[in-house]
Amino acid sequence: MIPVAVVGVGQTHHKTRRRDVSVGGMVREAVFRALEDAQMTMDDIDAVVLGKAPDLFEGIMKPELYLSDALGAVGKPMFRVHTAGSVGGTTGIVAASHVQAGKHRRVLAVAFEKQSEGNAQFALGSGKGASLGAGGAFAPFIRAYIHRSRAPEHIGWKVAVKDRQNALKNPYAHLKIEDISIEKVRNSPMMWEPIRFLESCPSSDGACAVVITDEVGARGRNPAWILAASSRSEPPSFPGRDPVRPEACLQCAKDVYAQAGITRPRQQLDMAELYVPFSWHEPLWLEAHFIAEEGEGWKMTDAGDTEIDGSFPVNCSGGVLSSNPIGASGLLRFAEAANQVRGVAGEHQVDGAKTALAMAYGANSQYFSMWVVANSLQPFG
Amino acid sequence: MTTSTDMAVVGWAQTPMVRHTELSETQLLVRVITDALEPLGLTRSDVDFTCLGSCDYITGQAFSFVGNLDAIGAWPPKRDSHVEMDGAWALYEAWLRLHEGDIDIAVVTGSGRSSTGNPALIYPMEMDPFYLAPIGADPVTFAALQARAVIAAGIADERSMAEVAVRSRGRGVVDELLAGEYVREPLRRHDLPPITDGAAAMVLARGDRARQLVERPAYITGFDHRTECHNPSFRALDDSPSTRIAAAAAGLDDKPVEVAELQAAFTHEELLLRSVLGLGEDVTVNASGGALKANPIMATGLSRIGYAAEHIFAGGARSLAHATSGPCLQQNLICILEGQS
Repeated sequence: MIPVAVVGVGQTHHKTRRRDVSVGGMVREAVFRALEDAQMTMDDIDAVVLGKAPDLFEGIMKPELYLSDALGAVGKPMFRVHTAGSVGGTTGIVAASHVQAGKHRRVLAVAFEKQSEGNAQFALGSGKGASLGAGGAFAPFIRAYIHRSRAPEHIGWKVAVKDRQNALKNPYAHLKIEDISIEKVRNSPMMWEPIRFLESCPSSDGACAVVITDEVGARGRNPAWILAASSRSEPPSFPGRDPVRPEACLQCAKDVYAQAGITRPRQQLDMAELYVPFSWHEPLWLEAHFIAEEGEGWKMTDAGDTEIDGSFPVNCSGGVLSSNPIGASGLLRFAEAANQVRGVAGEHQVDGAKTALAMAYGANSQYFSMWVVANSLQPFG
Repeated sequence: MTTSTDMAVVGWAQTPMVRHTELSETQLLVRVITDALEPLGLTRSDVDFTCLGSCDYITGQAFSFVGNLDAIGAWPPKRDSHVEMDGAWALYEAWLRLHEGDIDIAVVTGSGRSSTGNPALIYPMEMDPFYLAPIGADPVTFAALQARAVIAAGIADERSMAEVAVRSRGRGVVDELLAGEYVREPLRRHDLPPITDGAAAMVLARGDRARQLVERPAYITGFDHRTECHNPSFRALDDSPSTRIAAAAAGLDDKPVEVAELQAAFTHEELLLRSVLGLGEDVTVNASGGALKANPIMATGLSRIGYAAEHIFAGGARSLAHATSGPCLQQNLICILEGQS
């Protein structure tokens, strides 16, 4: 297999409304930052992979057509993926596949959402009225998790406070709540029992871009080596399906660990960027990624292990709870993990991070995409 | 001799192509995936990777592809992806994925039920949202602009376009067709594609696995796709540079092809593509009837690859398939298939 690395990362400042830019202008902000980081120009790029969630969000059908000029793709292959909320992660994986297959050498992965262009809640309900929104869809899973694990109610508040504090260290994060506290989260309005307003992700405009290349392309650059990448999907609903520990998530995690040579994820990974749109997903995903034993994930959160200076930092960027341009949210996880092992995460850098896990998920907890990145090809010796 | 990086189409199937079906996209896919796998002695559990191609705007709902996971039989869960593109690009992703070398069999699909919406209302949505979408110009209007450019360049005329229509559909008389009214000058009804509901599924296999499954796999020896500037008024519409680049990258000129399946929804597009690809009279073009006979959007391109593969299954040496997306052939894909003796 051809070794593949991320050598450039860029993102926009994420906001409720980017009225100052078009969709094309917005993606270019992320792209130029990624190219500058990679010491490349658009001319160096062989192929572009674009990811975003439903086209109904912006009302632009197949936007890879309109964006061919803005993304410098004229005369090049331009590919478009859409795997619901996991799409940002899938975008990174498919871009890596372009290089891994030996068919393209320098590939630009771009993901975006400009949710202010339309009504995200309407589109999240599949374009039908009376949408419960993502919170309404996921609240029953969270209640099931709490029921099974007997986790105390303050766990969700703690995740919210931690991710919002981390966001204060991330110049690109959307929500910056300086006076965030347990009391503030606890007193925020109840949205979907047990999820309160400050335990929920925002609706953001934003984009993310990464440059992926092979060993030759990585020479003289700062690489995050992609040790493993994988995706899994499972059907929407059937008797026996477990959305608290989705089988697709378990299999995907096992697959990336096997590819990367990881047998003890809690010890061998230095941090993780997990897709946590509602606070309770942190303990839930810690368990479904074998980082914590079943029923024990909330104890890691409670003990402060997932804080930026804890034993297993999670979402040091502020995560999806702080910035959520849906189609880009997955690639942001993948890109933030890459920046951690490249040692360029800035104020939210985990000291000495050499390996990191990133994941994104989508639809009714059905689509999973993950990658493991490291600062060398053999981080485990 | 095959190597582990040889990828071949080993089977494909399509649903009946109809003006309207009451079956859902998921139901169409359940049927067509089974039809593609069964003759190979495979079941869904033998499939290592799936990639589906479909479009929310054609289905008329966001996340429309999610329900299609029921059709691929994603239990236990599958390595899976979805492209908001024609199934031909789903095949491209699967082709890349199999090159990674750890898995052997992929199923890709393209599916769409155009009958449920009004194409004249939906298609302007794929145009630049600032300058083009607001004018509401439908695909027929843009196609007519390109037809005028192609005619002005001497690549086609209204008669040769009508001849393409008659040959593709196997019915009609050129002189009678030319007496008809214009829909958008110079396009008449016969120059336009039908509205079609349908789906296609294809099985891709790697290395030795391909030959174990069928006697004569259709090996993909060249595969490339390119895009162009979006705004048709900034392009030379009597040319298709992205098709030319993709064909060169796919190695079209290495050896002659016997058969070409071109995704030409409008008659002039076939003549333009033939000219750009340098296909002579000795090449059989769109024996299937092409997109003028059945145009299941999001499956039309994948079906071209299916028909081109059939030529190899039947003993042919080399065939070409073309797929396209966007206004006036903005984005083009070329897939070259070969048999091995």
